[in-house]
Amino acid sequence: MNESVNLIRVGRIKRRRRYIIVTSILAIIAFVLCCAMLMLGNTIYPVDDVLRVLLGEEVKGASFAIGTIRLPRMLAGVFAGFAFGVGGYVFQTMLRNPLANPNVIGITAGSSAAAVFSIIVLHASYAVVSIASVIGGLATVIVIFLLSRGTSFSIGRLILIGIGIQAMLNAVISYLLLIGQQHDIPTAMRWLSGSLNGSKMETLYPLIVVVLIFAPIIIASEKRLELLDLGEQTATSLGVHTDKTRIVLLTSSVIILALATATTGPIAFVAFLSGPIANRLVGIGFSNIIPSGLVGIILVLASDLVGQFAFVARYPVGVITGILGAPYLIYLLYRMNRKGNL
Amino acid sequence: MKNKPLLTNKRFHLPKNFSKVLILSIILFVISILASLSFGARIIGWNELLDGLFNSDIQTHEANVVRQRMARTVFSVMCGAALGVSGALMQSVTRNPIADPSILGVNTGAALFVVCGITFLNISTASQYIWLALLGAIITAIFVFGIGSIGSGGATPLKLVLAGAATSSALSSLVMAIMIPRSNVMDQFRFWQVGSVGAGNWEVISIFIPFLIVGFLIAILTAPALNALALGDEAAAGLGVRVGTIRLIAAFGGVLLCGATTALAGPIGFIGLLASHIIRLLIGPDLRFVIPMSALSGAIILTISDICGRLLGTPGELEVGVVTAFIGAPILILITMKAKVRAL
Repeated sequence: MNESVNLIRVGRIKRRRRYIIVTSILAIIAFVLCCAMLMLGNTIYPVDDVLRVLLGEEVKGASFAIGTIRLPRMLAGVFAGFAFGVGGYVFQTMLRNPLANPNVIGITAGSSAAAVFSIIVLHASYAVVSIASVIGGLATVIVIFLLSRGTSFSIGRLILIGIGIQAMLNAVISYLLLIGQQHDIPTAMRWLSGSLNGSKMETLYPLIVVVLIFAPIIIASEKRLELLDLGEQTATSLGVHTDKTRIVLLTSSVIILALATATTGPIAFVAFLSGPIANRLVGIGFSNIIPSGLVGIILVLASDLVGQFAFVARYPVGVITGILGAPYLIYLLYRMNRKGNL
Repeated sequence: MKNKPLLTNKRFHLPKNFSKVLILSIILFVISILASLSFGARIIGWNELLDGLFNSDIQTHEANVVRQRMARTVFSVMCGAALGVSGALMQSVTRNPIADPSILGVNTGAALFVVCGITFLNISTASQYIWLALLGAIITAIFVFGIGSIGSGGATPLKLVLAGAATSSALSSLVMAIMIPRSNVMDQFRFWQVGSVGAGNWEVISIFIPFLIVGFLIAILTAPALNALALGDEAAAGLGVRVGTIRLIAAFGGVLLCGATTALAGPIGFIGLLASHIIRLLIGPDLRFVIPMSALSGAIILTISDICGRLLGTPGELEVGVVTAFIGAPILILITMKAKVRAL
């Protein structure tokens, strides 16, 4: 008896150690990529120039390139990547299916449609666009859940309905782009592929504030999410208010996802890939919210660097993540189908 | 004997409602064609319409507009019919209620091949597009169906849809990657992609006709055997149907029709889903009737969608694919809501 308790404890310590090591490594990689985002570009600036600009000193040339162009781009990538990673992970864990992520079931499409609508039809300010995208995302979630309730809940039905809703929302976006005025189109086009191009400091504040508020809320619910993963009844008997936890987690993730979508557009597959990659690296047993967020950051920044510098032409980050992510999705389907999990 | 086996039943027992549905469809068909000729950026009155159609001596502006719209209307009727039949065929081959070219990712496969053709082979005419798009459509269909049918239960709707969605997004990222650095390709491709039925002219129609005929012949000839297939593979084999061969031929017909349409008109989704489901709902599952009626209703739906696109998008026009996605996706949702959980 004592021995088995000991074994469990040793296993737990081992997993804990692995979690800490992997998370630290991910954080270091993310940090290195952040530095690379600031240093690389048409002119490559050394570390001390970057530091001096960040500390507020005036450096000829570097101040503009780093302060006005690269820093907002990097911050947009960091916060959006984190939001996509965390939001995607929460959805996947809560619905217990890696395919049930905000991209596939159309939640980012809801945010995009609302954002495009408020830009093209209402000519709204950034604040309004942010609020609209949150409302769009939440409304989409509610509609999908209501439609998929049926006689008994089925995740398959939810995914199919989400795909249908997404097709409609994409049609709405295309229509809005068509009736929009010529000068609004380039801004709105970002909502179709996702890109860090043209990130500006003033458009970033809503995203940064919201992530700083809601990410801690999600992380604080980490333990309860772990218990939810054990199943409805187990969680209830362990003292979790399942419905309340679900609502808090879903709402917070939709809000950060919507803001990230409103800022960078839906960067393909980041929300889908981060969770499974983090689970692979850390192992399951702990809830991997923070590792997923870090993987999200790494995916976005690395893809953006690849898109900027690896080819003759510059690609928006969404194209790169799309090319990386889609084969993985197909592989995952292949595996799930073989096991008969669908 | 109330339910005779379909294969031995040589006489045509018309499904109930058939004559009503047929008459209604024909009336709608005529109305939609007349509307398609008369509505647009400029609305043409009845008299000018008749002049333009039957009086080739009159050379007024209105008469010429009507003649131009004629080609477009004929083309949209053909595309709609092809997509409707293709949907009906694919649904019965895969025994899956939501098989549709757009859901199976066939459209994007065709798009990728067309882009590659424009970029690497310098092709630029419709008669060259069509072969590439067809090849792309066939390869994608096989791939998606292969991924979707792995594992127990065969190709269930959920597996097929997810495989299609994943493949589509992979392929469209590739399309973007090829296109973005090459602005000339982007222009040409956008023309193809936005072209929708507006690109219809008599030359395109004449390229389309042979594909349409072959596809329809396959559909009509395989219909009785496909009816038997609906009873299950073993029952069909017991009735003397060569299951594998029939599947292959019918699937080829379905992909041929939607691939050719995609090649000429650009990606248009959900027509196959809408048309054949409405028809099945109205006249029942007998494919000998469902196939021709799906052609008719597909033509009606596409033509009406095209009119909506023209009216909504004035002074330009809204791609017909956008309209069909908007009205077609709810059908997907409805089917899903009605389906039993286990069938997903």
